[in-house]
Amino acid sequence: PHPRCFQESGSWFLTTTPLVRSVSVDLNNDASLVIDIPDALCERDKVKFTVHTKTTLSSFQKPEFSVPRQHEEFIWLHDTIVETEEYAGLIIPPAPPKPDFEGPREKMHKLGEGESSMTKEEYAKMKQELEAEYLAVFKKTVQVHEVFLQRLSSHPIFRKDRNFQIFLEYDQDLSVRRKNAKEMFGGFFKNMVKSADEVLISGVKEVDEFFEQEKTFLLDYSSKIKDASAKAEKMTRSHKNVADDYNHISGALNSTAADNNTAFKKHLEKYAEVFEKLRKLEDRVASDQELKLTELLRYYTRDIQAAKDLLYRRARALADNENSNKALDKARLKGKDIAQAEENQKQCLQKFDKLSESGKKELTSFKARRVVAFRKNLIEMTELEIKHAKVRRLKCCVYHYMFTRQCSGSHGKPGNMREF
Amino acid sequence: MSCMKRLCHETRSHDRLRRTLAVCLRLSRRLLLKMSEERDAAALSGSAQTEGEEDLFVSAMESPEAARLSAEDISPSSNGPKAEPMLLDDDPDDLFAEATEEVSLDSPERQPILSDGPSPVITPVTPVMISSRADVFDRSPDQDEDEEENRDTFDIQISVSDPEKVGDGMNAYMVYKVLTKTSLSIFSRDEVCVKRRFSDFLGLHSKLASKYMHMGYIVPPAPEKSIVGMTKVKVGKEDLSSVEFVEKRRSALERYLLRTVKHPALLKDPDVLQFLESSELPRAVSTQALSGAGILRMVNKAADAVNKMTIKMNESDAWFEEKQQQFENLDVQLRKLHASVESLVCHRKELSVNTASFAKSAAMLGNSEDHTALSRALSQLAEVEEKIDQLHQDQACADFYLISELLGDYVRLITAVKGVFDQRMKTWAKCQDAQVMLQRKREAEAKLQHANKPDKLQQAKDEIREWEGKVQQGERDFEQISKNIRREVGRFEKDRVKDFRVVIIKYLESLVHTQQQMIKYWEAFLPEAKAIA
Repeated sequence: PHPRCFQESGSWFLTTTPLVRSVSVDLNNDASLVIDIPDALCERDKVKFTVHTKTTLSSFQKPEFSVPRQHEEFIWLHDTIVETEEYAGLIIPPAPPKPDFEGPREKMHKLGEGESSMTKEEYAKMKQELEAEYLAVFKKTVQVHEVFLQRLSSHPIFRKDRNFQIFLEYDQDLSVRRKNAKEMFGGFFKNMVKSADEVLISGVKEVDEFFEQEKTFLLDYSSKIKDASAKAEKMTRSHKNVADDYNHISGALNSTAADNNTAFKKHLEKYAEVFEKLRKLEDRVASDQELKLTELLRYYTRDIQAAKDLLYRRARALADNENSNKALDKARLKGKDIAQAEENQKQCLQKFDKLSESGKKELTSFKARRVVAFRKNLIEMTELEIKHAKVRRLKCCVYHYMFTRQCSGSHGKPGNMREF
Repeated sequence: MSCMKRLCHETRSHDRLRRTLAVCLRLSRRLLLKMSEERDAAALSGSAQTEGEEDLFVSAMESPEAARLSAEDISPSSNGPKAEPMLLDDDPDDLFAEATEEVSLDSPERQPILSDGPSPVITPVTPVMISSRADVFDRSPDQDEDEEENRDTFDIQISVSDPEKVGDGMNAYMVYKVLTKTSLSIFSRDEVCVKRRFSDFLGLHSKLASKYMHMGYIVPPAPEKSIVGMTKVKVGKEDLSSVEFVEKRRSALERYLLRTVKHPALLKDPDVLQFLESSELPRAVSTQALSGAGILRMVNKAADAVNKMTIKMNESDAWFEEKQQQFENLDVQLRKLHASVESLVCHRKELSVNTASFAKSAAMLGNSEDHTALSRALSQLAEVEEKIDQLHQDQACADFYLISELLGDYVRLITAVKGVFDQRMKTWAKCQDAQVMLQRKREAEAKLQHANKPDKLQQAKDEIREWEGKVQQGERDFEQISKNIRREVGRFEKDRVKDFRVVIIKYLESLVHTQQQMIKYWEAFLPEAKAIA
């Protein structure tokens, strides 16, 4: 099933038939709440996702409904969940990154500028490439927004979140304000605190071996996966550059053929065809590698960060717990406010225990989820690589045969190059 | 050749001779001689010598009965040289129709071609052709030319190898082993091995250019000098870039020699034979850039450029005008194409580097991963990517040595072709100058008629005779160079089809090979990925 993308009056409309989302697996198993993004619309800078819900839960007003949502509204949802104290012991699904149409937009600009200097064929070809690029960016951004929602819907606690319901159901604009200066500053401050947290995590004495191991693992893994994700991106970029070069070579061969009127002309046109085929195949390799490998690594870089955030919160709770113990001892010593201190200590301990318990569960299922996703994607990527290599080999063999056949004695036959 | 039969039915009432000659023309794969290259007449390959063709032509005129060829007579050639690309036209009918148009024996362009014998400087393989004229009509002329082709491309193999550094410091130079294997009789031995340095190659080219260019022969250009490249080698850096430089040069020198001997006239040239065979070669000092000869060359080049601008030739022959324009266009196009391929090489190398970098990163990630099976799979992935990096490197080499260098060679060749057209212009200018001079002498003589100076008058008459001779010589030279250029251009056009095809075939082979390896590597990895549990 392929997404279809067509243009209506300057905007891009994407419909997707249900694609298997492979970045996180088995997210739509529970039929009681099924969410997907069947289509999206890109108007100028804004992308409007159609969020479609099917549910048997009574908490919703209707069994099936769709709402349009923009990226900012996803971010609002993510932030409200992060800020919910109750969810401190859970891994919060990472926010989807902003849709980035910068690349195709630049190309579109160039296309518009250079329209007069291009031949009709060149223009049509570039337009086609542009559409393909838009489609690729579209696919990626839809996938990543969809997975975010599906992570929430498949989690026993998040799916019951009131804001999540509003997000899915409320058919008016959520009027998500742009963050004002105070909030932005607040966010910055939060980040600062977070990096202090990292010191905190490493500094805090860990009694629980499970968490000790997780901490060591996550701290190391997060830097490694970030690096791998960046390197995979560079590799994909190089593939795209090679495909681009094949494209230019094909074009240059065609131009040379156009100026020629000897036997050479037909050969050049054939060679141009070869390079055009090579280009298409290289493009496919690049985009498949991107979806299966680069996107996978990018996603899990974000997810690992979410897991780390959980550790921070727990470490904070541990620190709070220790502080409350100290405060209680102090109060007992002073003989003042003992009840308050006891209450405080009890609450801190409760919180810490709750966080530890749910944290353990979350981190264990996180690992399982990660392993499954890697397995699926690595298998799919390998199968695609094999497929593409076989196709490329076949095509090259065909052309090779074609060109060598002209050499060997086909005397006596009024061969027709067209028949090839 | 059923289409030939078709032609016989479809052509209008031409006399039998013309029809047969048209067929001959088609089969003999005429190289040039066309006024306008509307169709790909030169699609037909084979390195038939013009002279041989003319003989064919002439003999056909004399014995039309012997020239009766029909489809049945043409037996498929049994030769099997892979380098023999026989192209088949996609529109034989048109070709035949056009061929019959061409065959106007009375056309003025034909006459000089028919009447001229082989030029004394060139000693092509025609003696064989002429003697076997009787055979020619029994078997396919294709076969004959293929054999010639055989002789040219298969009976001589040249390799340039084993670069060795001689000397130290700034006086150091590389010496290459030049091995020639051949069964051609002009060579004294079957196998000759000599040692040559770069300036020897330049010297050879310089000699050939001075001998043949002014006659309109396209002399293959020698590889370019590179002060930067050579300095690194001299200084003794054994790094990758100087190794690559030496390999690039070695390959270029080999291609240069192969192209030179492919030229039927140059193959017989004594300087070429001496280069390939004699163990000692006088050092070509005049090739140094800053030598006296080098400076003289630069001055001459500048003078030529100025002359080119001032000579306004009345082109009576549209063929030349058209061809020149075509070569101008081709020059631009090939340069652009070359630039694109260089970009491909560059990006492929980048891909290789990035793949290696990713491989390392994946290995680190695998080490960090605490799930055992996944950890192992990631390490395996890293290994696969490392192997693929090597494949990318190999492919980049193929990209470069096959395609990029071919295009580079052709860009330089086109410069040589354009040079040959310039030589024709110069010859024409010389002819014009001689005519002007003659006119002046005649005018002077006319004046002296009334001056009553008998001895001066005699001198004037002598001078007139002298310049009449020069004018005649100039016209002959011009005709000769025009004829040579037509033939050379035809040969060039035929060769380029062959050259490009050979390269593309090899390139496709390299691609098939890398894909084969890739399939192997990924198929080995797949079970590892599936084993993640």
